[in-house]
Amino acid sequence: MSKRTIIPFGPQHPVLPEPIHLDLVVEDEKVIEAIPSIGFIHRGLEKLVEKKDFIDYVYVAERICGICSAIHGQTYCQAVEEVMNIAVPERALYLRTIWGELSRVHSHLLWLGLMADGFGFEALFMHCWRLRETVLDMIEETTGGRVIFGSCKVGGVRKDIDKPTLERIVAKLNGMEKEIKEVTDVFIVDRSVKHRTVGVGVLSKQDAYELGAVGPTMRASGINQDMRKLGYAAYKQLKFEPIVETAGDSYSRCVVRIKEIFQSIDLIRQAAVQLPEGPIDVKVTGTPSGEFFARTEQPRGEVIYYLKANGTRFLQRLRVRTPTFANIPALVKLLQGCELADVPILALTIDPCISCTER
Amino acid sequence: MIFSMSKTVLSSLFSKPSTRLYPITQRVPFKNTRGKIEIDIAACTFCGLCSKKCPTSAITVTRADKKWEINRLQCLACDYCVLVCPKKCLTMENAYTTPAVATSKDSFKVARVPDNTADSKDS
Amino acid sequence: MIEEQNILSVQPEELVAKVTACKNDGFRLVQIGCAKIDETFEINYTFDKDYRFEDLKVTVPCANATLPSVSHVYWAAFLYENEIHDLFGIDVTNIALDYKGNFYRTTVTAPFATSGSEAKELKA
Ligand code: SF4
Ligand code: SF4
Repeated sequence: MSKRTIIPFGPQHPVLPEPIHLDLVVEDEKVIEAIPSIGFIHRGLEKLVEKKDFIDYVYVAERICGICSAIHGQTYCQAVEEVMNIAVPERALYLRTIWGELSRVHSHLLWLGLMADGFGFEALFMHCWRLRETVLDMIEETTGGRVIFGSCKVGGVRKDIDKPTLERIVAKLNGMEKEIKEVTDVFIVDRSVKHRTVGVGVLSKQDAYELGAVGPTMRASGINQDMRKLGYAAYKQLKFEPIVETAGDSYSRCVVRIKEIFQSIDLIRQAAVQLPEGPIDVKVTGTPSGEFFARTEQPRGEVIYYLKANGTRFLQRLRVRTPTFANIPALVKLLQGCELADVPILALTIDPCISCTER
Repeated sequence: MIFSMSKTVLSSLFSKPSTRLYPITQRVPFKNTRGKIEIDIAACTFCGLCSKKCPTSAITVTRADKKWEINRLQCLACDYCVLVCPKKCLTMENAYTTPAVATSKDSFKVARVPDNTADSKDS
Repeated sequence: MIEEQNILSVQPEELVAKVTACKNDGFRLVQIGCAKIDETFEINYTFDKDYRFEDLKVTVPCANATLPSVSHVYWAAFLYENEIHDLFGIDVTNIALDYKGNFYRTTVTAPFATSGSEAKELKA
C-alpha cells in the first residue's frame, strides 16, 4: 500500500470561489475519501426569522442565495401563502414563473461558464458570460436588480411587466437561442471538452436515488423528477417534460443543464402568450399558523422551505434545505476513487452553491 | 469536431467588443434599476417606520432632532422602505452610490426647525 | 393547495423501522430537519415518491436529547444527522459517517439549541 496523504481543498480554491473545505485523503493520485466541512460563512438566517416580521422576511429569504434569489423568495412566499390560505392572483403566478425561468437561464449560463473556466477554456467561459449578461439586463429592466430580484412578496408580486417589454424580452430570447446553441454546442461536440467530462464521475441511477441527489445531478442519472411538475406557480398550465439523461457522468449533467436553458426559454415564451390580465397582488391580513413544506425546483435542484408558525407575526421555525446540501453526499461519493486532477471538475458538476447551503 | 469554437471566436474578433471601456463610457441604468435611496426630507414625519422595516437596519431616524440617516454601505437596495413609507417621501434612484472605501453615512435634517438652519443637509 | 402533505407522528423507538418501511416502498429521502419548539425538538424526516409527500415527525425533549441514526437505511442521512448534531446538539447515535462535530465549524457549540431570548442572555 502506498502512503496516504491528506490534501486540503478550499475554503479558498481557484476553481471554486466558495467556502467549502474538503479534506482529500489521497493515495498517489487517487482520492480515497473526501471529508467536507462547512460553516465558514454561516449567516444564521434561519434564526433571524424569530426576530423579523414574516412579511419583511421575504427580503432576507431572497438573499439566501445570490443566484437563485428569485426562486428563494418565491418558495418562501409560497410556504407562507399555503399556511395562510392566500389565493394569489393568476397574473402574479405567471410573472413569478417568468422571473423564475429567467433566473434559471442565467444560472445555467453562469454554471457553463464556470465549468469552462474549470477545465481551462477561457474563451468559452467569456462567451457564456457574455450571453448571461443579456439575461441579466432583462432581469434588471423588469425588476430593478441584476441578480437579486426583489419582486416577490407574500400575496403576489411587487412589479408588473408591461406587454411591450415582455414582447421585447421574448423576441430577444428567441434571437439569443441561436447564439446560445452555438456556444453550448462546444460543450456537446468538442473533443477536448468531452475528454474532460465523458465518463468522469459516474453516478448510477441507484446511487443518485440512495444519496438523495436532486435537480440536474439526479436527472442526469436517469431519475425523472422535476419539482416544477408539482404544478406550483403557473407550471400547471405550461407544457414541458423534465429533461432526463441516463449516463450519469459529468457530460450528462452538462447536457441536462444545456437543454434546460432551451426549455426555460420555451417556458417563458409559453407564459408570455398565456399571461392573463388582472391584479398582481392581494392584501394580506392576519398571521400564519400551521406548518408547511414548500418545494420548488431551483436551477440546482429541489429546495425545501419548512415553515412552522404559531399565529404570531414571528415564525417559530424556518428551515431551508438547499439543493447543494442534498447534493453533498453525492459529491462525497463521486470523489471517492477519482483522480486528484478531476476533483475541481467533479465538485463543479453538482453546481455547488455553498453560500446558499450556509443560509 | 476539434475546432467547434472557431466560428464564434472568429466572429467576435471582427465584431464590436461586448465590453465597455468603463470609466470613459458609462453604462446607462434602466429606469427601474434599484440604485440608491433618496429622501424628500421636507415631507418626512419621522415616524420611523422605514427604519423599523429595513432588513439591515440601515436607516436611523431620530425624532427628537428631526434627523433621518442612512448608512449607504449597509443598505442593500431592496426598496422595502419606499414601499412602507406612509408619506411616500422616499424614492429609489436608478443611479448607484459612488464607490466608497469607508462607511458612508448620509444624514438629513429638517430645515424648518429654527435652531439648526445652518446644517440643513450635512452629508 | 399545491399538494397534500401527510405529517405522521412517530415515537423515537419506532423511527428506524418506519424509515426502513419507507425505503422498501421506494421513497426518496428529501430532508431531515430539526426545529426547537419550546422545550422539545421536533425532527422531521421527509420522503418523496413520484411527487407524493410523506413526513415522519419525531418529538424528543430537549434535555439530553438522543436519536437513533437512520443513515444505515439511507446513507445520505449522515449529512443531515451531522448537521443536527452540530447545530442543535442532539446526540445521534451510530451515524454511518460520523464527523464528530467537525462538519459545521461553529464558534459556539449547538448554536441553534437556544432560542432568541436565551441567546441574548448568553451574550450578556
Ligand atoms: S417612513 Fe417615511 S415618513 Fe416615516 S420616517 Fe421613514 S421616511 Fe420619514
Ligand atoms: S432599500 Fe432596503 S436596505 Fe436600503 S434602506 Fe431601504 S429598506 Fe433598508
